[in-house]
Amino acid sequence: MYSYNEFDKDFIQTRVKQFRSQVERRVDGSLTEDEFKPLRLMNGLYLQLHAYMLRVAIPYGTLNSQKMHVLADVADKWDKGYGHFTTRQNIQYNWPKLKDVPDMLQALADVEMHAIQTSGNCIRNVTADHFSGAAKDEIEDPRPTAELLRQWSTDHPEFAFLGRKFKFAVTGSETDRAVIKAHDVGIQVVKNAAGEIGYKVLVGGGLGRTPMIGKVLREFLPREDLLPYSEAIMQVYNALGRRDNKYKARIKITVHENGIEKIQELVEERFIIQREAFAGYDQELFKDIREAFAAPDYLKAPTTAFDEAVNSDPIFRSFADTNLFEHRNPDYAIVSISIKKHGQTPGDATSEQMRVMADLAKEYAHDELRISHEQNVILPHVHKSHIPAIHAKLREHGLATANIGLISDIIACPGMDYCALATARSIPIAQQIATRFDELKLEHEIGELKIKISGCINACGHHHVGHIGILGLDKAGVESYQITLGGDGSENAAIGERAGPGFSYTEIVPAIERLVGAYLEVRTSADETFLETYRRLGSAPFKAALYPETRVAAE
Amino acid sequence: MARAFTPKVLTANRLLEGDVIYYSANGDWVTSHDDALYLTDEVQANELLAACSKLSEYLVGAYLANAALEDGKPVPTHFREEFRTRGPSNYHHGKQAEV
Repeated sequence: MYSYNEFDKDFIQTRVKQFRSQVERRVDGSLTEDEFKPLRLMNGLYLQLHAYMLRVAIPYGTLNSQKMHVLADVADKWDKGYGHFTTRQNIQYNWPKLKDVPDMLQALADVEMHAIQTSGNCIRNVTADHFSGAAKDEIEDPRPTAELLRQWSTDHPEFAFLGRKFKFAVTGSETDRAVIKAHDVGIQVVKNAAGEIGYKVLVGGGLGRTPMIGKVLREFLPREDLLPYSEAIMQVYNALGRRDNKYKARIKITVHENGIEKIQELVEERFIIQREAFAGYDQELFKDIREAFAAPDYLKAPTTAFDEAVNSDPIFRSFADTNLFEHRNPDYAIVSISIKKHGQTPGDATSEQMRVMADLAKEYAHDELRISHEQNVILPHVHKSHIPAIHAKLREHGLATANIGLISDIIACPGMDYCALATARSIPIAQQIATRFDELKLEHEIGELKIKISGCINACGHHHVGHIGILGLDKAGVESYQITLGGDGSENAAIGERAGPGFSYTEIVPAIERLVGAYLEVRTSADETFLETYRRLGSAPFKAALYPETRVAAE
Repeated sequence: MARAFTPKVLTANRLLEGDVIYYSANGDWVTSHDDALYLTDEVQANELLAACSKLSEYLVGAYLANAALEDGKPVPTHFREEFRTRGPSNYHHGKQAEV
């Protein structure tokens, strides 16, 4: 895995020292809150509803066991013994004390981790496909590209004060597991007719109060042009993007208001100039970065233990059916560990669970872990013969839930249980839906169904791209939940359509149950997913199930 | 006609711990909403809020939150403020577990 060079190390260590001094000055009164707030936000420290919150970056969701162990230690030593993995592949600590934060950042810096650019109007943590380097359908591992972008964008002086936050995501496959079409810039590794590898560049995607699907800015960008081209995009956005209204300041609005053709023209103009400034050093660097992401030395061994477990143990078979994914090496599998046991908070892992996952990665999975934007943990490289032992260990620690991609594998933002911006709770809704469908023993029958819940219009829970999206709002002082249908965060990305009036906190779970019941009735077979059924029939049968009283009135 | 003043409590977060706090009838800052000073006078409420600017070394983000009186104690009228009195509802931890 990529390791910091001396420059990176010095930069992170210096940042911790600077922040320690800033905290001291805040505490002794030399800095006011107005002066201190932008400094703490630059270091990932928010003030939430009940406490501070520290958001730590996990670049492109990649960790090794040492880093995961430190995340667990930080949770125990300075927080309440757990961490929350987010939809940006980061981890959040919900209870740090201000005076402890410099020590937390120091512990993280010592294993090459930090909280820089996890907040503020800058280029945020670059995310990537959580199956990177392992997926069978991949053209190439997107992480070296993500790392190059990370190095370029970290502390880039020209882009430190953008009109608004800015998010990059990278995928190396046609199958989009990184939601690139809902990012400010989405990058897909592609091969052209001549067999050369380059990038397809999308721009102007995003969720929030004005959801937009990204548009193609360039069908094929030669690899060596990535940084000058990205710089051109940022410069056009910095010059043209609105600063008069924060809700109109994201690049999606710039693209929408000016048109993609105009943006293309301006970016290409800037690109010609920027390209002159790049003399090829970035490509030298890229070669070094790629070496750090070399594939592991795969084990050559029989997989009979795996086949035997599948045939003899129904619980293991169920886990294998839902939580394993095809690896590029046929003797290997990608193991998704669900941190969404029915009734638990989606994305939360205790320090003990973090250590168990770290130790499993070290022992069986070439010391690699990934955090997915769907708030689960991945062991990307596991020889199949080791999976029964991994499964047994996961079961001992409440980590073997076989629900990846199913109705209880819900994305939920922290919502009003933690977040100061939230307008309603989202976690308890996820907990109740998961518990209810577990009681009904229906979730495997229902099959693939992605529910995504946000506790406010900012859409951290990606509700717009949920097959079923739930948005929690404050309606005249009462929590109210709006349902959207037919959203999709994949390569066929679509924004969900609002179903109708909202439901109260007590009505929303029964409403979801009616909706899913209608799907089971009208699908052609168990092979037709919820999303396929919705696309075939439209919203009518689902609206009828959600609002039976309206149907009666109409009749 | 001026709008009628809705009673308030004065609340903030503690600078060092981030804990939710309320200005009490005794003139100190407490963690229990029950002990918050119930403010029915708009001028007094605004004066107390303005005075918080001098307490920057102790607290962050002071504001006035709507409240009502129940059994002689101030209670929040909005669910957001109700959550702030006890902590997250996803499981029993935070302030509610410490009380």
